[in-house]
Amino acid sequence: MIEVKDLHKSYGRQGKVNALNSISFTVDDGEIFGVIGPDGAGKSSLFRILASLILPDSGSAIMNGHDVVKDYRKIRQIIGYMPGRFSLYQDLSVEENLVFFATLFNTTVEENYHLIKDIYQQIEPFKKRRAGALSGGMKQKLALSCALIHKPEILILDEPTTGVDPVSRKEFWDMLGRLKEQGITILVSTAYMDEASRCDRIALIREGEFIASDTPQGIIDDYPEVLWAVEGTGMSALLGELRAHDKVKSSFAFGDKIHITVEKNLQAEELKRYLANKKFNDVRIAPIAPTVEDCFMALTS
Amino acid sequence: MSKKVIEVNNLTKKFGSFTAVDRISFDVKEGEIFGFLGANGAGKTTAMQMLCGISMPTAGEGTVAGYDIIKENERIKRNIGYMSQKFSLYEDLKVWENIRLFGGIYGLSDKTIAEKTNELLKQLDFEQERNTLVKYLPLGWKQKLAFSVAIFHEPRIVFLDEPTGGVDPAMRRQFWEMIYDAADRGITVFVTTHYMDEAEYCNRVSIMVDGRIDALDTPAELRRRFSADSMDEVFRQLARKAKRGDS
Repeated sequence: MIEVKDLHKSYGRQGKVNALNSISFTVDDGEIFGVIGPDGAGKSSLFRILASLILPDSGSAIMNGHDVVKDYRKIRQIIGYMPGRFSLYQDLSVEENLVFFATLFNTTVEENYHLIKDIYQQIEPFKKRRAGALSGGMKQKLALSCALIHKPEILILDEPTTGVDPVSRKEFWDMLGRLKEQGITILVSTAYMDEASRCDRIALIREGEFIASDTPQGIIDDYPEVLWAVEGTGMSALLGELRAHDKVKSSFAFGDKIHITVEKNLQAEELKRYLANKKFNDVRIAPIAPTVEDCFMALTS
Repeated sequence: MSKKVIEVNNLTKKFGSFTAVDRISFDVKEGEIFGFLGANGAGKTTAMQMLCGISMPTAGEGTVAGYDIIKENERIKRNIGYMSQKFSLYEDLKVWENIRLFGGIYGLSDKTIAEKTNELLKQLDFEQERNTLVKYLPLGWKQKLAFSVAIFHEPRIVFLDEPTGGVDPAMRRQFWEMIYDAADRGITVFVTTHYMDEAEYCNRVSIMVDGRIDALDTPAELRRRFSADSMDEVFRQLARKAKRGDS
């Protein structure tokens, strides 16, 4: 279990940059907990504190009973940490990296092979290749294997899917699902809002603060606005007309549709007539359920 | 809209026995927003490097902004703009210094740079940040500034390599509105992204699989052809066929 209470962290002279402001949350054993927000929101600072790599200014974090400041030696044994930037030894081979990390933790690759088998098998054909010469996707798999080889109780993954294409991202989350089944607690951060649904619970983070924390469905259920999807030809011009309507509160492109939030007393027919007057005759309007991205935007507007 | 600013035929790049880009042919029209998609390792970066004149093709031919990519690659560099998520601006220079530097690199006069800098900062509502070091700007602001700097010299084409990675949802959309403005002014936009909703914002999209372009059309037509509800699904259907054990 992870228990974080009132964490604060600032950087720079006179604490000019406020990285984390009063962060509190808990993660249960065997849960996948996602910290979701844009770059610069404080995700990496939070994870570095939990990995005992930097000290918080105040507040506490207890991981499976161990304090990240006082018990840092123990923390480092029970966690597996995958930093945002690839940080394995580029000049060692795939296999050498893995053996090195196993040895550091006083174990062997054979002893915990069952944990990484699923992931490592995909890069094993390249085990003699230097880590620096691997492609992005393979580096990611090697980094995850190295973070797992000492059988950690808690896995901390800082933006493991940044810059990764949609298909490989899905595969990566499938792997995390299987690790969860083995009882590993997983704390993961991402800037991709669509990955929220793969987590048991999530926190939305912005400018060092959690602006919401719940199950993905709970966050969606709390959405305060009336949300419609608008479809039509000439999206850019349509967006402009929607913004000009005084009962439309916000309008943003979402793929091939426009999501708008509207005043409660606006009727879809009324909006359709308004758009028809502006020569948009083929417009379709329908109420829709929000995505986590809609929720994030409503919370930060 | 019919003038072609990129035209390539059978463009190929081999590294030893490995064919990174395998005979790709396509063209991009003036003022078009062209989405260049593909899985990690499909060959997008290598293809883009050839188009930007920084990597010589092994075979094939083409022109970018009217210049031959083999014989006139130096001229290409002067007529394009480029920005990526990984590198766009110098963090330890101030906002105005970055604009000054890139304006100078592209050969604009001091007078032009000074005038355009004021104009740009006003447009972006950035006037108060003139003397701020770029590293202190929030990512979304940085990317908006980087895009403006990339098109500061009014290039015919701007290449954007994952420009919105990690940017917050509202900023990501503001960024795309800037892309639309640039396209309206006649600047052709060539963009890669891993956000499939952004693929919808492009006029046409190509999807690379194992070094080849496997599909190229408008997003609506691609969805229709693959009987898919979203570009995400189109991408998945195509990328699943990939044989390179790369990603």
